[in-house]
Amino acid sequence: MIEIQDITFQYQKKPLFKDLEMTLKPGNLYGLLGKNGAGKTTLLKLCCGLLYPQAGRLSVFGRTPHLRQPAFLSDLFLVPEEFLLPPVSGALYRQMLAPLYPAFSAERFEAHLREFELELPGRLDRLSHGQKKKFLLAFGLATGARFLLLDEPTNGLDIPAKGQFRKILASELDDSRIILVSTHQVRDLEHLIDPIVILDSGKILFSQTLEDFSAHYSILHGELPDGAVVLYEEQVLGKSLSLVESEVPGALPLDLEFLFKAVTTHPDRFTTAAPVDAAGSTRKEVAHA
Amino acid sequence: MQFSDPRSIYLQLADAICDLILRGTYASAEKIPSVRELAGEAGVNPNTILRTVSHLTDQGILYNQRGVGTFVSENARETIMQQRKKTFLDEELTSFFKKIELLGIDFTDLAPLWSQWKAVRQEVRHENQ
Repeated sequence: MIEIQDITFQYQKKPLFKDLEMTLKPGNLYGLLGKNGAGKTTLLKLCCGLLYPQAGRLSVFGRTPHLRQPAFLSDLFLVPEEFLLPPVSGALYRQMLAPLYPAFSAERFEAHLREFELELPGRLDRLSHGQKKKFLLAFGLATGARFLLLDEPTNGLDIPAKGQFRKILASELDDSRIILVSTHQVRDLEHLIDPIVILDSGKILFSQTLEDFSAHYSILHGELPDGAVVLYEEQVLGKSLSLVESEVPGALPLDLEFLFKAVTTHPDRFTTAAPVDAAGSTRKEVAHA
Repeated sequence: MQFSDPRSIYLQLADAICDLILRGTYASAEKIPSVRELAGEAGVNPNTILRTVSHLTDQGILYNQRGVGTFVSENARETIMQQRKKTFLDEELTSFFKKIELLGIDFTDLAPLWSQWKAVRQEVRHENQ
């Protein structure tokens, strides 16, 4: 479990997070959405001890990230949006780094590379950006680390790789793991990321499972039933697309882009949404059935 | 996997599993792949697959053997066919009737089209054999 309690953080003079609170529970693949500069990458860096909070408490599986204890680091893997790989072969990279992760699976690593149609590469620094990303994702997901942080993982991936990545990610979630994915490419990860956390200007505006959301809100196209409480509305080709309160039969499937626009446009209207720490609480355990 | 219709993803996944049962890919009393494997194949959140499996279990199409896995029920095919017939008669047929009324099509005009369709279908089947 990851508990963020009243975290305050700022870069130089510009405050970013103030009294930020969030709880992440194992067995979930969280999608962290937010505009540019909303604080997504900063939040990821705080969670893995690359930045220190100025106040508040942060606990990842019972450990404090900024202490950077070996047991903490061997149970965590971050795939940053931009990164450098050393000028060594893929085999040497694995030989050097895999021993740091006790739960590393060579079998899964190879399976992920196969899924990405990537051979164990020669000099890593000579790969294209997309190939580097595939390599690092394949390695990171094979480490067996319980906490995986992926910052914009689909950026730079080619068309087939996006589907391949979805498959790999879906097959890597189990009930001991927390996967936190920050993304702008919601279409790439739709039906995969759930619960959704929306971060805007350093505040968490929304944090709940899509199942909980669908039980309280509906998206409707065209005419609305009597007494419908409209929270957000868009005009598309003369017909309105509306987000209304309460579950209505005939509702459209949830569209993350629409949800995101609704929540960031009228954050105050979603205060009745499930409280922050409720995300994941209604989840059943992912059994190895 | 592509999700084209407006129903919940877990229901669309349930339909896909039912199709596999009808086609015999998953035989009755046979173990289906694990939640993780199914999630990997479809590229969707494993929690959604879990919901699909529990939905199909509630319907008596699948059953769970603790610690062993999820299996296809003995009478899964019949249950699925019954359900689909009911959905067709209750929902799809109504919208079909509405449409032919709206378009001013006489129901008796449809009989020759139906015979024609069946004949073509029979031919295709022969060719395939």
